[in-house]
Amino acid sequence: MPEAIRQSPSEVAHRIFIYGVLLLFAVYFLVPFFVMFITSIKTMDEIRTGTLIALPRQPTLEPWLKAWGYATIGVTNEGIQGFFWNSIRMVIPAVLISTFIGALNGYVLSKWRFKGSDTFFAMLLLGCFIPFQVILLPMARTLGFLGLSESMWGLVLVHTVYGLAFTTLFFRNYYVAVPSELVNAARIDGAGFFRIFWRIMLPISIPIFMVTIIWQTTQIWNDFLFGVCFSTGETQPITVALNNLVNTSSAVKEYNVDMAAAIIAALPTLFVYFVAGKYFVRGLTAGAVKG
Amino acid sequence: MASLKIKNVCKSFGAVDVLKGIDLEIESGEFLVLVGPSGCGKSTLLNLIAGLETVTSGDVMIGDRVVNAVSPKDRDIAMVFQSYALYPNMNVRKNLSFGLETRKVAQPEIDTTIERVAQMLQITDLLDRKPAQLSGGQRQRVAMGRALARNPKIFLFDEPLSNLDAKLRVEMRTEIKRLHQRIHTTIVYVTHDQIEAMTLADRIAIMKDGILQQFDTPDQVYQNPANLFVAGFIGSPSMNFIPARIVRRNGGLGVTLDTGAGQASILDIHTAADALASWRDKDVILGIRPEQITDGAGAQGNHGSIQTLPCEVQVIEPTGPDTLVFVRINEKAVTCRVHPDAARRPGETMELSVDMSKALFFNPTDGERIL
Repeated sequence: MPEAIRQSPSEVAHRIFIYGVLLLFAVYFLVPFFVMFITSIKTMDEIRTGTLIALPRQPTLEPWLKAWGYATIGVTNEGIQGFFWNSIRMVIPAVLISTFIGALNGYVLSKWRFKGSDTFFAMLLLGCFIPFQVILLPMARTLGFLGLSESMWGLVLVHTVYGLAFTTLFFRNYYVAVPSELVNAARIDGAGFFRIFWRIMLPISIPIFMVTIIWQTTQIWNDFLFGVCFSTGETQPITVALNNLVNTSSAVKEYNVDMAAAIIAALPTLFVYFVAGKYFVRGLTAGAVKG
Repeated sequence: MASLKIKNVCKSFGAVDVLKGIDLEIESGEFLVLVGPSGCGKSTLLNLIAGLETVTSGDVMIGDRVVNAVSPKDRDIAMVFQSYALYPNMNVRKNLSFGLETRKVAQPEIDTTIERVAQMLQITDLLDRKPAQLSGGQRQRVAMGRALARNPKIFLFDEPLSNLDAKLRVEMRTEIKRLHQRIHTTIVYVTHDQIEAMTLADRIAIMKDGILQQFDTPDQVYQNPANLFVAGFIGSPSMNFIPARIVRRNGGLGVTLDTGAGQASILDIHTAADALASWRDKDVILGIRPEQITDGAGAQGNHGSIQTLPCEVQVIEPTGPDTLVFVRINEKAVTCRVHPDAARRPGETMELSVDMSKALFFNPTDGERIL
């Protein structure tokens, strides 16, 4: 029955409106990236003579190579590559440790409740609302006390501790939706605390692992404040290096190199999002619907 | 195989007393059903036996051993859960073997056990499937298989059939009974369905509000209920409770029943009337099951105790083998079970035969049995 399917004019107008708005927002978010990208493959001459959104006449990879390999950052001339690997070396352990501990916390707070566990969870949640700036001084003292000042592992520690509130929240809410009968069945089957965790809980946690890993990777990779406060020189993460690159005073402002470096700094989070993004949406809504 | 003793067990969650002094005892190999309405504490009691909760006071004994402080894994029990609680990430074979592996049973023995259990429950074809690929009935079998594989001292069933559709539930009920007859292991089975309780149990424990109401064989619980609650809970359709007055009659006692069709009738009470004597000229609750109010041809039992009562039929419900006839006695809707051919139409008057030898009498204030 084609008549039944045909949309009335008002429905069509409705659709056009929705898609129009979506398109507008897509353009709004994509145009800056587009400008960044075309700027990064223009020569400085072209940038000076052309307009902001003009396509490059002679595309060049030179700014990218310079940004990566030999741009001047602070006192070195080795580009951002070293700092890029710094960030990688910092992000991977910080994400894995905070995610794993968050999973364990969530497991305890949902399936092995103890007296005061709800209060404990509520207090832990406060950690989600503490601004970075508040903990700068105490954390600096703590890192100094632990002998981790200005080291990569110091940053790993800061990010792990700061991320725990979020990772615990994610896992706890995910595990609350897992029936407790599953844990009881395993207990009667003779499994203990850790065996249940490894064999029953972790294998069903892949969606929430993806959510947590994306969240933590993005947060830690993009962090600037902790990086700039708790690291110096060759241990700095890429966000700090990017800032230094842009602010390093030289004769000319090399917009193309700055743009290339900024895109490089953004690539890993984009990569993680594209690879695991579908899990992100799925995981965020998983617990919400089932209750 | 082990006996089970529950001695004066209490359980409180905070200020809420869920169990208030439960005493139960079953022999090795018996099938105990805990039955009662939602919130009566039956599942809590099962969890106490399993060790998933700890008692507030009292003792749980499996065999001769007090297990209050023993963790679930060391109690040598197996449990079938209402939601089946199959491990979703493992296939059926792994689900069955998980408990055995955890207990470090040798692999060849695990294999033969799984083979045996799978054959017993006819799930051999399903061994490589994940729980999500199974139907409700199949999951139920696997959940039972997981318990059977362990060969425990006591099986615990927590409303295992309540997630199945009606037909499958009846089939699985028979299967559980057959299974018990084969393996003769002690079983504690929780349900809110009194038919499951009646059909499966060697002994029924009926609970309400954390208090054990009656603990007896299905037959006794049905014929000889301890109080109004048990009488009303067991049996379907449930027992009729008719407010009535005890009066003197022919040197004995009788009970007045007004059916609205002519004069109020007085029916003789034939059973040993001593206990009732003090209730003469007082109101009681007469409890009488639908099958004891029937048509003339259907009435059985000794003839002296059967008395007739003309009643106006209000509603009829044919069920197939019987027809339920609803009448009013003493302003109360009463269900009668009659032969389909004998049932009259609504509005007509019907002679009903009442078997007073099976009638029960309850105290209207506290619901306790008088006779």
